Amino acid sequence: MRMDSTHYIARHVASLPKSGIRDFFDIVAKMKDAISLGVGEPDFDTPWHIREAGIYALEKGKTHYTSNLGLIELRRAISRYVGKNFSVSYAPEDEILITVGVSEALDLACRALINPGDKVMYHQPCYVSYHPGIALAHGVGVPVPTFAKDQFALTVDALRAAWEPGCKLLMLNLPCNPTGGTCDHAQVEAIAKFAVEKDLLVLSDEIYSELTFEGVHTSIASLPGLKERTIFLHGFSKAFAMTGWRIGYACGPAALIEAMMKVHQYSMLCASIISQEAAIEALVRGEDAMKKMRDQYHRRRDFIVRRFNEIGLPCHLPRGSFYAFPDVSKTGLGEKDFALGLLEAEKVAIVPGTAFGANGAGFCRACFATSYEHLIEAGNRIERHVQNLAAKK
Amino acid sequence: MNQVLKLLLEGGRLDTAQMAQVLNLSEAEITRQLAELKAQRVLLGWAPVLNLSDEDAGLVSAVIEVRITPERGGGFNRLAERISRFDEVESCYLMSGGYDLLVFVNGASLQRVAAFVSEKLSTIEGVLSTATHFMLRSYKEHGFLLDGKTEETDRLKVAP
Repeated sequence: MRMDSTHYIARHVASLPKSGIRDFFDIVAKMKDAISLGVGEPDFDTPWHIREAGIYALEKGKTHYTSNLGLIELRRAISRYVGKNFSVSYAPEDEILITVGVSEALDLACRALINPGDKVMYHQPCYVSYHPGIALAHGVGVPVPTFAKDQFALTVDALRAAWEPGCKLLMLNLPCNPTGGTCDHAQVEAIAKFAVEKDLLVLSDEIYSELTFEGVHTSIASLPGLKERTIFLHGFSKAFAMTGWRIGYACGPAALIEAMMKVHQYSMLCASIISQEAAIEALVRGEDAMKKMRDQYHRRRDFIVRRFNEIGLPCHLPRGSFYAFPDVSKTGLGEKDFALGLLEAEKVAIVPGTAFGANGAGFCRACFATSYEHLIEAGNRIERHVQNLAAKK
Repeated sequence: MNQVLKLLLEGGRLDTAQMAQVLNLSEAEITRQLAELKAQRVLLGWAPVLNLSDEDAGLVSAVIEVRITPERGGGFNRLAERISRFDEVESCYLMSGGYDLLVFVNGASLQRVAAFVSEKLSTIEGVLSTATHFMLRSYKEHGFLLDGKTEETDRLKVAP
């Protein structure tokens, strides 16, 4: 008789919900000819010169542990890159930590900064990992809604309404996955003032920041008084198409980086040396390739958002990221039913907005990091489906 | 040889509708045959032939003679492929004669091309030497004359 081992599972892990995205994609994976607008990673392979730098590092025998903080050359390159592009200056020696993706950096921040019961504010709809990350660190998530009328920007009014005594951290993701919402300079300033007023520590996940198509991305850490209370998280996955390399970084005040490093050193030890070497190449020589990819995302965004609006699914123009967040409620269906129906009838996969939080109700996320041909075909199929739904009414 | 392929070899200046007319096939059939040629990797793609000599954002072109050591079990292939994958490399050929690979490279400036050769190309294990030649002026690109003053031959409209 097989033993049932589930009672060994820790309670706070057992109570974590399964990712809403993965379920959906088990179905898509089995379909032939499905067009997926559902996976949040670039369709591009990592630019060759970056891959080649990784290969070269292997040839040169770079196979050993690095410092816990990461290769000093990479930290120096990051310091220059962040200084130039985000207007914040971090010392390579003790204010930068190389991590196994931004995902690990977020996890480290949660584990290093959250006491059991501490409250963490986060805006939603949001990336599926944020609330589980807080829960795994025994924190309490305080969700802050964002709305279509604000193009899903995070407003101070919403923050203020959601705030409660005991809130310690504020998690930001601008530009946002899944909504594509971001904040302009004035809005970021207002959030910064609020963080200072309520003595919040800010965790700012800016992984999509290079993919800002209009205007300038404002990094909260660059505002007066914020550097000392912000942990700036960034990486290479989206801008340089390096999702599988699992490489990212955290920048912040030395004492907080030291705390995160403590957890990192006992769990991961260091990020992959090959990924670190390739990352140096990305920062030093990857700008051209990054701009080429961004220009393509820009064109694809304009196309797909126009199509959604033409089809009758109102969709705001996201200023950043590679996600469109159309409103599917006019079809009369809920977001899950619409997405499933679309998948069954036309084999196009988009993700129901509620996979990302309660405020995703009525919306679906479509990732436009895929070829023009796929986007054109997907647009046509979605249009047909919406027309068929209207005809049935 | 495939009829569509023959038409393409003539210069590929006809669109699918025109090809359909000339070969007396439906457009759908032309599209299908083109797709098949693509699947067979006979048709690799379409690239516009551009004359950028007047553009400010000019391109610097260079031709590099590369000598490499062949490898057991692969000859020159693995190295040639690794070199070919760089975005800067437009074409790469294995040649007979005094060197092994002929590599056509484009870059934004002379310095960029030189940097590519010295930092990326020459440093690859197996590359013995490189000789870089910079292009000064182009006269003909992929079958198109650049100074193509289309000579208006006064061809008679009617002739016995």
